[in-house]
Amino acid sequence: MDPTAAKLVGAGLAAIGAGMAAIGVGNVFGSFLEGALRNPGAADGQQGRLFIGFAAAELLGLLAFVVAMILIFVA
Amino acid sequence: MAAGGGKIDPMHQFEVQTIWDGFALGGHQIAFTNSAAWMVLAVVALVAFMSMGLKGALVPARGQMMVESATRFIDNMLSANVGPEGKRYVPYVFSLFMFILFANILGLLPLGVVGIHPFTFTSHFTITGVLAIMSFSIVLIVGFWRHGLHFFSLFVPHGTPLWLMWLIPVIELVSFMVRPFSLGLRLFVAMTAGHVLLKVLAGFVINAGNAGIATGVLVGGPSFLLMIGISALELLVAGIQAYVFALLTSLYINDAVNLH
Repeated sequence: MDPTAAKLVGAGLAAIGAGMAAIGVGNVFGSFLEGALRNPGAADGQQGRLFIGFAAAELLGLLAFVVAMILIFVA
Repeated sequence: MAAGGGKIDPMHQFEVQTIWDGFALGGHQIAFTNSAAWMVLAVVALVAFMSMGLKGALVPARGQMMVESATRFIDNMLSANVGPEGKRYVPYVFSLFMFILFANILGLLPLGVVGIHPFTFTSHFTITGVLAIMSFSIVLIVGFWRHGLHFFSLFVPHGTPLWLMWLIPVIELVSFMVRPFSLGLRLFVAMTAGHVLLKVLAGFVINAGNAGIATGVLVGGPSFLLMIGISALELLVAGIQAYVFALLTSLYINDAVNLH
């Protein structure tokens, strides 16, 4: 395969990682909401943990974006 | 740029341009760039915002309420995550949070309409990296100053079985050393990705509008509606990223202050 084409295909494949991270972020907020509706009194105290989970899940998607950008512009 | 299609280059907005040539220092040019200009602007906006709340009136007016709720927010975050010791770190975490928040929001302002192109300096790893290194060095300094060499017990969580001693500290050390990178990378990539997305959609609108009325309505219209939605999402992201940066900094400070 032409190296440039291979780079672009790889960058496109990296988008799978971004989609996976979307599933992860959705899971974090969905599970939080599920728990929060069962016990609304405890929900406010857990908001910090919610955002820690969100940040951890989101970072992996952002890394996939970085991989795509490196493939397109740097490599 | 392959993905740009027509004449729209979504990476052009991240170019650092020199405004004032400055002087040479040790072979490097020390120049005043648009990045520095927007940092100065963020600080000026921040000072203007804070000056609304420094009157200390007994019955707070609108501006003072805004400033007080912002400080209370960070104050609560630190006392919840670090404990009573956290009060000392409120000034640092508050400056960090407000600086990043103002930078993110200033970069989103639609000032391009009047010919001033906002530059989001948090979309550059040099800046977010330095902010992350600042947080990380505070963690290191506080940790070694308070606990001395006992700080290394951070890498051995309570109740680690003896036969796992060869593995757990290595994993903990790696996760500790990765922190400044993940902290800086998250902010930088989140801002970059959002701005690239907005520029690509704007390119759709312009190119479709130039291609004729039918494509303009069919492609440009939905793209423009999507842009409005994404802009709202970007405002949310600007707030969340500033919050996450401050939250993670306070968690790392908690590690240094209380060791596990």
